Amino acid sequence: MFKGKFIDNLPKIYGTYTGGFIVFIILMAIAEQAGMSAKLIGIFFVAFTVLIYALIGYLSRTMQTDAYYVAGRQVPTVFNGMATAADWMSGASFVAMAGGIYFKGYGYMALLVGWTGGYVLVASLLAPYLRKFGCYTVPDFIGTRYGGNLARLSAVIVLTVASFTYVTAQINATGTIASVALDIPFNIAVYVGLASILMCSMLGGMRAVTWTQVAQYIVLIIAYLLPVFWISNKMGAGVFPHFMLADEVARIGELEAQFGLGEIKNSAADLKQVPKGLAGITKAHAEVNTTPWKFISLAVCMMAGTASLPHVMMRYFTTPSVKAARRSVGWSLFFIFLLYSSAPMLATLSKLSLMDPNLATGIIGKSITEVQAIDWYQNWNQANLMFVSDFNGNGTLELNEFFMGGKAVVLATPEIAGLPYVISGLVAAGGMAAAMSTADGLVLAISNALSHDVYYKMINPKAETAKRLIVARVLLVIIGFAGATIAALEIQGILGSVIWAFDFAMSGLFFPLVLGVWWKRANAQGAVAGMLGGLIAGTAYLIAVRNGYPGFWGVTQLTFGIIGSLVSLVLMVVVSLMTKAPDAATQRMVDEVRIPSGKAILGKQH
Amino acid sequence: MSFWVMFRLLTYREGKKMSKQQQHWEKTRMLLFVTLAIWFVFSIGIFFFGAEMEASSIRPLGYPLSYYMTCQGSLGIFVILIFWFANRQEKIDEEFGYTEREDD
Repeated sequence: MFKGKFIDNLPKIYGTYTGGFIVFIILMAIAEQAGMSAKLIGIFFVAFTVLIYALIGYLSRTMQTDAYYVAGRQVPTVFNGMATAADWMSGASFVAMAGGIYFKGYGYMALLVGWTGGYVLVASLLAPYLRKFGCYTVPDFIGTRYGGNLARLSAVIVLTVASFTYVTAQINATGTIASVALDIPFNIAVYVGLASILMCSMLGGMRAVTWTQVAQYIVLIIAYLLPVFWISNKMGAGVFPHFMLADEVARIGELEAQFGLGEIKNSAADLKQVPKGLAGITKAHAEVNTTPWKFISLAVCMMAGTASLPHVMMRYFTTPSVKAARRSVGWSLFFIFLLYSSAPMLATLSKLSLMDPNLATGIIGKSITEVQAIDWYQNWNQANLMFVSDFNGNGTLELNEFFMGGKAVVLATPEIAGLPYVISGLVAAGGMAAAMSTADGLVLAISNALSHDVYYKMINPKAETAKRLIVARVLLVIIGFAGATIAALEIQGILGSVIWAFDFAMSGLFFPLVLGVWWKRANAQGAVAGMLGGLIAGTAYLIAVRNGYPGFWGVTQLTFGIIGSLVSLVLMVVVSLMTKAPDAATQRMVDEVRIPSGKAILGKQH
Repeated sequence: MSFWVMFRLLTYREGKKMSKQQQHWEKTRMLLFVTLAIWFVFSIGIFFFGAEMEASSIRPLGYPLSYYMTCQGSLGIFVILIFWFANRQEKIDEEFGYTEREDD
């Protein structure tokens, strides 16, 4: 096949792709000037990009196990970094993060620190060693390092719980975006999203997901950065907002004081009229994550969760070498940094453009009827993401009379700031790319664990390659549908589910993974106790807190991973020490893992 | 004082007895501790002082220090830290001849 040549030509191929995408944006801009409707532009953007991903998915089809599970282990460092960044940055990062910062400020930014700092742990504690191991999946490492089906199965359970919580959120996000951009009802849009996700991953497994994720990264980073730079320029805040927004940050503080932030409150009766899910900007930032411990505990959970989420870890199984795996983590974080460092800038620009009376876009202080007549207000009010109401009946819009959904910060700001609609279409395509790429990685992580670890390693070790890969694909579809069905129920918001997923992963997998490499004495009994005990303790704490238990140490339902992982650590160490040390062969295996050169522990085809 | 000498003697002899692989692991572990220490400072340590950072007169690019660290400072340091770590680890692997043959 074209494989060898394909890898050598990667920069050229993706360079052409990026150029083509920019040409497409320009064509759309011209079409808009020529009078193409906003709705049609949105449909074109989402449909065109999704078709491209599906095409890449089709071209990457494979019937080989190492291509299906680890993309043939030949993904170059920088490209794997891009794929990981897309895999990592979900609908939550893309659509919800700037909104979270907008409403909650500094306290919320614990997530930024947590979602980046975790990569230091990935690079130093785990990724290179798991790459050396040569496993196909994370439970594959646990099962081989500790030995025994029970350890393998426990890892599969934790992986499934964490990833499944996460994937419902992502399918929910693809549904939200597809429903807005394509103008179809949410519960149908969810399945449209699912179909796109499956098209990317079903035929080619990890190989297809890798190459679509690189393509998706390119779309999502353009879609995020272009509006940020454009708006900043337009508002006269400077060409490069990352270095030049200090005055704007200060100005927001000034305006907030002027509009009476923290003093004006809404009565319960008033708030009842506000549609569910929308938030006001009256809450002072200082009220969120008030104590350092709240900030730090959330960051710690996100960091340890990063290092234990299998869909991230398995990206580093695809690099050609241990050295490449290590460097690739750095590149991943660099590509993530590009978006994360822009989110606060977008939040700042968005807030200022709505609040500053000196700007044409400012609405606070304008008359209510005037605001209600604005085009974008009507659009986003219809989409249930914006709401104003004259509570005190004085006819002007006050700070406490404006409400907005978190998602609107990314989705609506370009429109509010007066950018052409083509940018909004681009943003929708970017959000779709972000949610799809993460969903792909997650669905694949779960179905790979079930097909490789449960079916092949435990149920039918004699299955031939073709049969294994068919089972893998059937599972992929089943998991996708299960995820979509639950997503359609909308139990928990996007961001809440994502944070839970980190806590679940951290509770069950963090210490069993880390100690598997760094503590030779850790054995199967300890690992099983650690995984199951941690998961159960964490889940029990979550359920208790959800049902009114006040909790202790200031651990909330967003940080229950702290309890889970501590229980996991203690159980793992105590049980390991109480039972027999691992045999000499296992100890040799750990020694082998610790040096980068030499053969992988598990063969190329296993 | 004598305790210190004993300690040095013990660690010295231990060092001599270590195999190549043990020495490699010893260095790798030291690098891990240094990396994690830096990581700890910028991901956890400084955020104990959120209020102090907010009030601080150190204002990179004009931003309040706490805001700056959460949106750029710490994040950028993590990126640099990982590349630095990767370089050091490669040096260690090279020193002990554990470099992989095929490179990308």
